[in-house]
Amino acid sequence: MLDIPLWKRVLILGVVAIGLIWAMPNLFYSRVEAHNDALAASEQAGFVTDEQQAAIDGWPSWLPSGLVNLGLDLRGGAHLLAEVRVEDVYKSRMDSLWPELRRSLAEERDVIGAVRRVEGPADELHVQIENGDQMARAVEIARGLASPVVSLTGTGQNDLEFSASGNTLTVRLSDAEKTATDDRTIQQSLEIVRRRVDEVGTREPTIQRQGADRILIQVPGIGSAAELKELIGTTAKLTFNPVIGRGTDAEARAGIGNVVLPSQDENGVFYTVEEAPVVTGEELTDASPSFDQNGQPAVDFRFNPSGARKFGAYTAANIGQPFAIVLDNEVISAPVIRDAITTGSGQISGAMDVEGSTRLAVLLRAGALPAELTFLEERTIGPELGQDSIDAGKIASIVAIIGVVAYVVASYGIFGVFASVAVITNVILVLAFMSAIGATLTLPGIAGIVLTVGTAVDANVIIYERIREELRRGKRVASSIDTGFREAMSAIIDANVTTFIAGLVMFFLGSGPVKGFAVTLTIGLATSVFTAIYFTRMMIVIWLDRRRPKELVL
Amino acid sequence: MAFRLKLVPDQTSFNFFRWQKYTFGLSAVLMALSVILLLTMGLNFGIDFRGGTTIRTESTTAFEIGDYRDALTAIPDLGDISITEVFDPTFGEDRHVAQVRIGATEGMEAMTPEQIGQVETALKEVDPNVTFAAVESVGPKVSGELIKTAIYAVLAASLGILLYIWMRFEWQFAVGGVVAIVHDVLLTMGIFSALQLRFDLSTIAALLTILGYSINDTVVVFDRLRENLIRFKNMPLVEVMNLSVNETLSRTVMTAVTTAIALFALFALGGDVIRGFVFAMLWGVFVGTYSSIYVAKNIVLWLGVKRDWSKPDPDKLPEQFTESP
Repeated sequence: MLDIPLWKRVLILGVVAIGLIWAMPNLFYSRVEAHNDALAASEQAGFVTDEQQAAIDGWPSWLPSGLVNLGLDLRGGAHLLAEVRVEDVYKSRMDSLWPELRRSLAEERDVIGAVRRVEGPADELHVQIENGDQMARAVEIARGLASPVVSLTGTGQNDLEFSASGNTLTVRLSDAEKTATDDRTIQQSLEIVRRRVDEVGTREPTIQRQGADRILIQVPGIGSAAELKELIGTTAKLTFNPVIGRGTDAEARAGIGNVVLPSQDENGVFYTVEEAPVVTGEELTDASPSFDQNGQPAVDFRFNPSGARKFGAYTAANIGQPFAIVLDNEVISAPVIRDAITTGSGQISGAMDVEGSTRLAVLLRAGALPAELTFLEERTIGPELGQDSIDAGKIASIVAIIGVVAYVVASYGIFGVFASVAVITNVILVLAFMSAIGATLTLPGIAGIVLTVGTAVDANVIIYERIREELRRGKRVASSIDTGFREAMSAIIDANVTTFIAGLVMFFLGSGPVKGFAVTLTIGLATSVFTAIYFTRMMIVIWLDRRRPKELVL
Repeated sequence: MAFRLKLVPDQTSFNFFRWQKYTFGLSAVLMALSVILLLTMGLNFGIDFRGGTTIRTESTTAFEIGDYRDALTAIPDLGDISITEVFDPTFGEDRHVAQVRIGATEGMEAMTPEQIGQVETALKEVDPNVTFAAVESVGPKVSGELIKTAIYAVLAASLGILLYIWMRFEWQFAVGGVVAIVHDVLLTMGIFSALQLRFDLSTIAALLTILGYSINDTVVVFDRLRENLIRFKNMPLVEVMNLSVNETLSRTVMTAVTTAIALFALFALGGDVIRGFVFAMLWGVFVGTYSSIYVAKNIVLWLGVKRDWSKPDPDKLPEQFTESP
């Protein structure tokens, strides 16, 4: 027990040394961060500027450059929890199904008679059929439009459900299809939110799916949650719709298939437009901020080939008619078509400033969100408050370490020094491990580390107290130490496993501050067992070999 | 002989059961009191658990809470407003911090940016030097879920610990350990209710840590108890327990003191943002230590425990079987 083989010594020292090297970059936080940022930026751009080269040279590349991520509460930034309104998509599915269904039913007009869409809930399509007694035939035709759902759970089900009452045919999405659609909607929303945040180019944003229909967005360094919300909260659904009329009455009767939309910059003006768009923003390939002929900020855009073809055909057929450019249910402008536009490019101008046109271009490039987002939770932490917390945390940690070291050394003498070395090593190992896996350090996380300083001593204390007891029984020094370590093992393991259980629960069930705390606490537990059982023992064994004390006061 | 700081003498033989009626009674009374406090005064829930918005303002000049309040009550459609000034010894002369809390309003998720903008402009009007260090807003939907997961977390941790101790020891130990945990959690919630300290997500983290710390302490005593039960087969249970607690007392105090030193550094110097969190943990170290000495083993004594550990773990044989060097 008391002679540790050489390979074990090398291994223990190796772990400690690796810990030191991995933790070291955190001492030079800003320099390493600049190095990492410059490296990432230059890799993405494909070339290196002089400034970037200087930053890259600021930290030797052969040293590890992993850093502990600072949480939002330490770095400052914005946190948003958004819920995706997945039902929005059901409506647009129904709206786009209607023309198709109308065409299919019209083919058998002589049997079914005339059909028209009537009002119904947003996620259902209600169709009235003239010859109610031919409903069975109508349902049969409608069924032809359904297709099987491709998903793991919903196999064998069709995407559409049909029911009939009287002469009304009702179409809705099946549950399996709703689940599949929801999943797609969230994935799409995640992707688009990510693209939008990336366009702004901040460091290490966190964009995660949470639960069934939520997205968690954390962006360090951004000024406020409101700013972030403006960027990702806008649906940015751009459509080009035929204009039916223009008026000043918001309650004007639009007729089935048409909607009344407000104008963005003409107060009190409303346009009645066809709900089905000619072209949508999805067919844009590019958008960039520019200026119109009057020097006002505008956005240039370009369609993809199919969009350009549709737009060209529509404009050619409707010369002299107005069409509306609609963004998020507001008419930005409604120009009159003078010529067929076949080049596939155009310009949006309206009441906006340069900032607005830049943002609109970003939004159009990143694509429209498939559904609206509702924000359930938002937090902004100013960078100064974060810096204050870091400073306070640093001072508190140092004072805590000094206090604990003083107390332990006063209690156990040279063995106290060993315990202190172990405790400090422990903090270094926690930081090293967190840097290596890129874990995030939060303010409660700092508290977790400080607490670990207190509890890491515990394993040593259990061992030392045991050694004291053995010495008191009149055993020899080496024998006491040996027994002390062995007898203490079961208490150390039991004690740490129970705390570990609490830590794991916190990690998996907790969110935000609880999670940050759990990370450092559990890592600290694991490393403290290592330092107490292996590192302290090695120090003591080496000391025993050198001194060979006849008696020991502990 | 070298100097050694010893808060606990080498050999102690306190009778920890002598005042058992009083200590156990005190625990029971305090637990009952905590429940009553929780039912009558309730907890001062932070926005994490009841929704709403908090704004941390910082200003270089002194301000009047009344002025802030007047400025905010003028804004329509705002929930109930509470403003507290934050004092901290680490703040300099020219640092005045306030915590503004705006309750959630009916049917609203997070506050709209327009409303937050209105609040910020209104405050800037009465105090041009004010800056907004942190703005946090939680909708009622999320806060309801957060409270649910928090309760699940505490229950799941207790259950996990119960199962582990049951597996490693006997069921009586598991019950004793869990009663001690419940004792600590209740007393902590009780003091949060009595002092009306803000109870939020980080308090839950503190509760879970207290739970871990307290059980850690208890398990060390249990471990020794198990060992002594094997060694002294014929000693009355009360005496074996007293012996075990006395033998581990030095360690119990040592660990409590080191942890308290570390936490106290954080409490005094860690800033006001986490002070509540650290307070909960300091309190937890105190009640956790108390409960492992005075609560957990009393339950085990009361439940009785098997005395015939005929198949002990080979690793934990008494010392006479270990070889001398």
